[in-house]
Amino acid sequence: MSRRLFPPLLLLGLAMFAAAPVLVAWAPYEATMGLVQKIFYFHVPAAMAMLVSAFVCGIASAIFLFSRRPRADRFAVAAAELAALFGLVVLVTGPLWARKSWGVWWQWDVRLTSSLVLWMVFLAYLLLRRYGGPGSDKLSAGLALFGMANVPFVYWSVNVWRTVHPTTNVVMTLGPGMRGAFWWCAAAFMLLYGLMLHLRVRLEDQQARLEELYLAVEE
Amino acid sequence: MTDFARVAWLVMRKDLTIEIRSREILYTTLFFAVSCVLVFAFSFVKDGRPVDDVAAGILWIAIAFAGTLALGRAFERERHGETLRALMMAPADRPAIYLGKLLGVLVLLGAVELVIVPLVGLLFQAPILARPLLLGGLLLSGTLGFAAVGTLFAAMLVRARSRDVLLPVLLYPITVPVIIAGVRGTAAIFQAEIDEPMARAWLSMLVFFDAVFLTLALWTFEPVMTE
Repeated sequence: MSRRLFPPLLLLGLAMFAAAPVLVAWAPYEATMGLVQKIFYFHVPAAMAMLVSAFVCGIASAIFLFSRRPRADRFAVAAAELAALFGLVVLVTGPLWARKSWGVWWQWDVRLTSSLVLWMVFLAYLLLRRYGGPGSDKLSAGLALFGMANVPFVYWSVNVWRTVHPTTNVVMTLGPGMRGAFWWCAAAFMLLYGLMLHLRVRLEDQQARLEELYLAVEE
Repeated sequence: MTDFARVAWLVMRKDLTIEIRSREILYTTLFFAVSCVLVFAFSFVKDGRPVDDVAAGILWIAIAFAGTLALGRAFERERHGETLRALMMAPADRPAIYLGKLLGVLVLLGAVELVIVPLVGLLFQAPILARPLLLGGLLLSGTLGFAAVGTLFAAMLVRARSRDVLLPVLLYPITVPVIIAGVRGTAAIFQAEIDEPMARAWLSMLVFFDAVFLTLALWTFEPVMTE
């Protein structure tokens, strides 16, 4: 993203977020869940941003591990932080919804469990980055790679485990009135994600440059 | 024997020779695993009867905890003796070194399991001899999956700060599928009406997990360990 493109995109994102509540309010009520279903417009786009971020982090880590490009590592850090952030949004809004529609805060359902485990992998990634000391960039790249490979296994194992003990599941079918509002919110979240990723990578770039300058002055 | 297998064999033999002389990791890990099972026995056995369905979970928690301890020590010894650099500089395939280390850890954990499986059977009245082959398969494939990821992470962390804390922090989220599959598969054997197809399904999932993560570990060991 070039520097000139950033301000208009930021304005667009702000406008989309400002309009989103109106669209969500206009969308029809869901028949059985009523008002609480509206959290869906916030919860699902955040989950999408988290998954995209997880993939960005995994792919950037693989590139860094095998080609040693420092910029790939900066993308990986930024994406890991954002995955943890959007994951937090998902894990806070999810139980709020679950309490109303299932009657419990948490179910060991396949989607819930795999999101939680994925989020924990990213927290572990950030802990490793923070406390691992020198060389932790490579180690965390290895972790991200393993974390990505892990997702299908978690999904599969919880799926089998739960089919033994069936649970009520929320079927997500969108009515025509809800579809527009949902995709508007999803686009707004993806735009927000892109902007945040760009800013975070730029911060890493500048930090790396500062580091270089310090070294140059010392020499 | 090819070079690759020979290097792996030599690294494993070196580790086990040191271990047989000092028995440091074996004794400490074994003691830890046994006390772990005992603590669970204090909490989950009431009036001489265990709570339903806990034996499998306790067995796998004890394996995971003891495994973490053994993995941390296996590489700590290299660092302490400052032999890690020598090992890495040896004109040998890096993945072969990883494989040798992994085999050493597996032998150790196998010895620990030989003690704690009967102990869990004794304290929690679990029918450990009902399907010995299936139970053995689950234990072997589960331990292999856990140790395959753990050996790589322990090797990665050997130069990191606060590695003792970070090893379980990184290891447990990644090995969640192993723990789920191990616990569910073992529980299917331990319950009153043995559910053999279920145990077999979990066993095949564990084998698949082992194949993917072993390949991934062999593939990433080289770039991760290069300074």
